[in-house]
Amino acid sequence: MQFDFQRLGALMRKETIQILRDRRFIMLFLGLTFVQLFVYSYAASRTVYHLPMAVVDQSQDPTSRSFVQALVNSQYFDATMYLDDQSQAKQAIDKSQVKAALIIPPHFAASVDQHSANFLMLLDGSDQFAVRSGYSAAGLVAQNFGLQMSAESVALTGAMPSLSDSLPINTSTQILYNPDLNDKWFVIPGIIGMILQTLAIEQAAIFLVRDREWGTMEQILATPVRQLELILSKMIPLSILCLLAFGISVGLGIFWFGVPFHGNLFLYFWLALLFLASCLGLGLVISTRATTQFEAETSSMIFMLFGLLLTGLFYPRTGMPLIPQLIGDIAPLTYFIRISRGIYMKGVGLSFVWGDALILVIYTLIVVGISSKTFKMRLD
Amino acid sequence: MSAELFVTQSQVTPILVQNLTRRFGAFTAVDDVSFSVQAGEVFGWLGPNGAGKTTTIRMLLGLIKPSSGSAFVSGFNSATQTKLVHAHVGYMSQQFTLYNDLTAMQNIRFYGGVHGLSSDELRQRISEIIQMAGLVGRENTLTGSLSGGWKQRLALGCAIVHHPKVVFLDEPTAGVDPISRRQFWELIYQMAKDGVTVLVTTHYMDEAELCQRVGFISAGRLVALDSVSQLKLTQMRGQVLEINVSDPEKAVRILKAAQQSHQVPLDEVALYGAQIHAVVPDAQEYNDAIQRLLTQDNIRVNSIEWIAPTLEDVFISSVKARVDAN
Repeated sequence: MQFDFQRLGALMRKETIQILRDRRFIMLFLGLTFVQLFVYSYAASRTVYHLPMAVVDQSQDPTSRSFVQALVNSQYFDATMYLDDQSQAKQAIDKSQVKAALIIPPHFAASVDQHSANFLMLLDGSDQFAVRSGYSAAGLVAQNFGLQMSAESVALTGAMPSLSDSLPINTSTQILYNPDLNDKWFVIPGIIGMILQTLAIEQAAIFLVRDREWGTMEQILATPVRQLELILSKMIPLSILCLLAFGISVGLGIFWFGVPFHGNLFLYFWLALLFLASCLGLGLVISTRATTQFEAETSSMIFMLFGLLLTGLFYPRTGMPLIPQLIGDIAPLTYFIRISRGIYMKGVGLSFVWGDALILVIYTLIVVGISSKTFKMRLD
Repeated sequence: MSAELFVTQSQVTPILVQNLTRRFGAFTAVDDVSFSVQAGEVFGWLGPNGAGKTTTIRMLLGLIKPSSGSAFVSGFNSATQTKLVHAHVGYMSQQFTLYNDLTAMQNIRFYGGVHGLSSDELRQRISEIIQMAGLVGRENTLTGSLSGGWKQRLALGCAIVHHPKVVFLDEPTAGVDPISRRQFWELIYQMAKDGVTVLVTTHYMDEAELCQRVGFISAGRLVALDSVSQLKLTQMRGQVLEINVSDPEKAVRILKAAQQSHQVPLDEVALYGAQIHAVVPDAQEYNDAIQRLLTQDNIRVNSIEWIAPTLEDVFISSVKARVDAN
């Protein structure tokens, strides 16, 4: 019962004709790459600019006015209304008229000279992105001004703890790899993995289920075709398409989104290929369970959701409870995201990502093992 | 080394089925079926929907495992030497599944390729099969846009691209026009003349009459197995009266009522187009009784005739005999 290259050739030729004939499929495949890359990277921008801000300036001196101006100049805030006291400011946030309110106490200029100046920033805690951006922006501006900031989040969500009681500690932070905290730098290497995972799992499952749905599988099973030949004939053309999508996303990441690539492209390619193998294997496992293309597609959607939510693509895994973390471990993307960010952003070599690479090797062996056992060359 | 290898090819029974049984949970799809088919024979494997026809073929092809019993094709055990079986058989599954998004020629080339044909053989077979299927000039037409008869002949061509000695055809003529059906049967006979063994399933009893031997399967059990003429002699309980009346539907209702009340010993009453077939123990004896029964109810009897049973009569009779025996 030996492997035969002629049979593999005949099978692959057939698949290639089918793929090339189906223009819609190719458009969809490449279109999905573009759409995911653009939608995710733009939608994932979590920095919020031009927050509407109420100003309660109880000092009314040149220093307080220049501080307000500095906040506005930072582009993070727009001073949209001027109010008399803190309670009015709170009301304005309650009514969603503003997202932030700046309260400057009396004698501001004098306090600044004595290096003991204080201000209070109220933030709308019901909008977590606004709070986060506003909080860090106000902090940075204040640092330049040499002020001590008190921030308080209004509304009941309490996303941000009240800092009004905290001790005046001078923190100094230096951010590595992405000094401007550009969201795209952080997101693109992850999205490249996400695109690869989505396409590979879904299409691998669909490619095999399709023949079962058409009834052509029964016909092929009654020929001398072997299991490995059949599977490879579908996975090889699909891999080529996936690698094309990979190339497009890396290219766009570097040249369109301007995220500099710091690592070794060659190593990145080989580890992406390994990641691809694990995803295709997973798709195979799904295909052995599904009987219709719809079922295969729906099952692969689960991994897309895992990919979006639990792999650390957008939401940090360190903050997750144990169970969601464990569920996230099922998706191969969890491992590749770390590899991708490591190589792409930090420029690290295999000595830093070998752990995740090893997990992907084991992962691939497991899914291929499972699918070769469950993918029957029989109908029962 | 299995013992089969010492038997020369001509002595091997092309299809050999021994006590073949397949259960799906509590349901027995194929129940203790045994038969064999000789070289060059056209064997009809008949039965109603869900009787186990396709399940039998799938077991012969090793596509599903038997619960017990065994099947041999060209001397190879279907369950354990599956791929050897596949190298030696042609199979046309239900709805003749070709790739609709390949052209006619690409389909032939694909099946030839997976059967390991060399490029020279392939070139020759492509032109032969295109000829056979009547597709000259349509070689590059997408299979999906071919009509039923063409698709069906192309599917047969793809199934026999590697010159198999045994061919399984599962309802090859379902949903195809009568002219295409006739052409298709001519192809089957051509194959049989060349020494190919053909096992074919069908719903059409007129096609079944074309088989040299038939097996009837009903609810998984083999109920009759013989040549068509022998079956008509041996399997038929009673004789068939063909009745032409003015109101066939009403007549059937009357006769069925008479059957229920044992007024006339009717084995079977059924409508065949505009005619009624009534099976009675003795045609001459009950001819008058039936005629009287119908005229009583104001039905004009145009003719009533003792005819030779059709295969369908035989089939229904065999199935009934099996049901009565249980």
